Amino acid sequence: MAKHATPLLDQLQSGPWPSFVSDIKEEAERRHKNEKNVEYQVPVDVCDDLLGILELSYKDGTTHWKHGGIVGVFGYGGGVIGRYCDQPQMFPGVAHFHTVRVAQPSGMYYTSEYLRQLCDLWEMRGSGLTNMHGATGDIVLLGTTTPQLEEIFYELTHNMNTDLGGSGSNLRTPAACLGESRCEWACYDAQELCHQMTNEYQDELHRPAFPYKFKFKFDGCPNGCVASIARSDMSFIGTWRDEIRIDQEAVAAYVGGEIQPNGGAHAGKDWGAFDIEKEVIDLCPTECMWMEDGKLKINDRECTRCMHCLNVMPRALRIGNDRGLSILVGAKAPILDGAQMGSLLVPFIKVEEPYDEIKEIIEGIWEWWMEEGKNRERLGELIKRQGLAKAIAAVGLTPVPQHVMEPRHNPYIFWKEEDVEGGWDRDIADYRKHHQR
Amino acid sequence: MADPKEIVLEFIHSKSKQKSKFYFNDLAALFPEMKMREAKKLINQLVSDGVLEYWSSGSTTMYGLPGTGKQAGAEGEE
Ligand code: HEM
Ligand code: HEM
Ligand code: SF4
Ligand code: SF4
Repeated sequence: MAKHATPLLDQLQSGPWPSFVSDIKEEAERRHKNEKNVEYQVPVDVCDDLLGILELSYKDGTTHWKHGGIVGVFGYGGGVIGRYCDQPQMFPGVAHFHTVRVAQPSGMYYTSEYLRQLCDLWEMRGSGLTNMHGATGDIVLLGTTTPQLEEIFYELTHNMNTDLGGSGSNLRTPAACLGESRCEWACYDAQELCHQMTNEYQDELHRPAFPYKFKFKFDGCPNGCVASIARSDMSFIGTWRDEIRIDQEAVAAYVGGEIQPNGGAHAGKDWGAFDIEKEVIDLCPTECMWMEDGKLKINDRECTRCMHCLNVMPRALRIGNDRGLSILVGAKAPILDGAQMGSLLVPFIKVEEPYDEIKEIIEGIWEWWMEEGKNRERLGELIKRQGLAKAIAAVGLTPVPQHVMEPRHNPYIFWKEEDVEGGWDRDIADYRKHHQR
Repeated sequence: MADPKEIVLEFIHSKSKQKSKFYFNDLAALFPEMKMREAKKLINQLVSDGVLEYWSSGSTTMYGLPGTGKQAGAEGEE
């Protein structure tokens, strides 16, 4: 018999989709049975009370969670999000229901042993409920009490070699695609750069002092498996400067049907013979490909590295040899002014230890945003307010055509004094030679 | 320069009727001659020393004196 009747929540279980209500009920039951004899450190009925308070919210049409709080582990200003409910007598199991953000393993490589440790930790010191890799990308452990926080932190750092992630006005848990560890499209070692930048900017990660949140994400190539262009204030996307490497024999093998396009991903249905004109050349967004005497030609100057042709014919077309990454800035979710994708800031930069050039760009942007950004203003909003030109100047670059989204968007040019010969001062006598008063 | 701790405390006390929590920018503005990332070190040191305390909504972090800034105060329900 459930602790609280939840007719409104029960209804959510009746749809065709998996239901979080069923999951929470299952965990509630498992906690009561406690077959593993776990020494629970948070109330055994935390999941029951979670369902209870949610049911009440559905009934009342309002939330019963308070917003925020003063919780954390010593020395860290992020990683723990304090949550308290406003009906603790009715639902004591969720009087405290703090969230812990935990850095995910790089490239999401888990071992089963690590997953077991994580689950054991959370059964004992938390609600048992987790949220793995949502939009934030890190491990989210849902529901614990204040006295458990230092214990959890100790266990994670000392026995699991894992740090807390970011929350609040700081650098959020950085994330990378699996990059060179598996993927032939990786234009730089995304996991390594992510790791290095995470270590370099520990202070920014754990001691919040930004106007608002700030996210880094690292994609090894423009396929964007961590979707950095859409969900990070600063995206690092692998690219190359020279030519796509073409193996003409393999092109012929694709055309002749000897190699399946897209690595055989569409083999479940008969789509007919592969048609390189229709499926590759006509779909190239910059129309920079053509066939000539049975050979595939690419005008690489026009190619935007969209990855389409490489994805369709991976054995024939390969990323270039002169590799690096592009940096984009300002992506964000819809809260103010709608969602925004990143804008190109640095078209190409080499990825070389000790990454000083990349750090200069990062720190230039931070200096500018911390100086000019309003409270709770994301980088993308500041760029919209002050213009991309200000962001470009902040990192000491000169504008290039790639910074221009479309011509004639803004007809005004503001000259700086140092760009004008002779500056703003002029010789009035000389001027009067040609102009009357 | 005067003791940063005194500058911060004086500012917070002068505002204590209206506010109990402050954005980083509000505090950094007390040290206009400093680069933002230097001001950050200084203010975080005050947190480590227990002079200030972090408060987080989950998405935004603010600073206040330890133990103050309960929800009720901020909402004028004292
Ligand atoms: C045995 C049952 C299940 C199998 C085999 C399964 C398999 C998968 C696979 C292979 C993916 C794609 C992984 C990726 O590339 O991101 C996926 C994604 C997903 N699954 Fe399941 N799943 C199962 C049950 C569930 C349940 C019960 C839920 C919800 C409670 C769920 C929610 C999701 C969501 C939300 C995604 C998208 C994640 C994202 O891209 O952000 N799945 N599932
Ligand atoms: C509990 C262990 C597992 C965890 C934590 C896990 C996690 C993940 C994650 C995070 C992804 C998304 C990777 C990406 O960013 O593209 C993924 C994808 C995937 N996983 Fe797992 N996985 C687990 C076990 C398995 C097992 C046992 C199978 C197969 C039997 C499997 C099959 C897949 C497949 C096929 C995809 C790619 C789905 C797609 O095409 O998008 N996973 N998994
Ligand atoms: S983003 Fe590119 S390099 Fe990284 S895993 Fe995806 S396809 Fe591979
Ligand atoms: S990567 Fe995209 S833009 Fe470049 S040649 Fe291939 S299809 Fe065209």
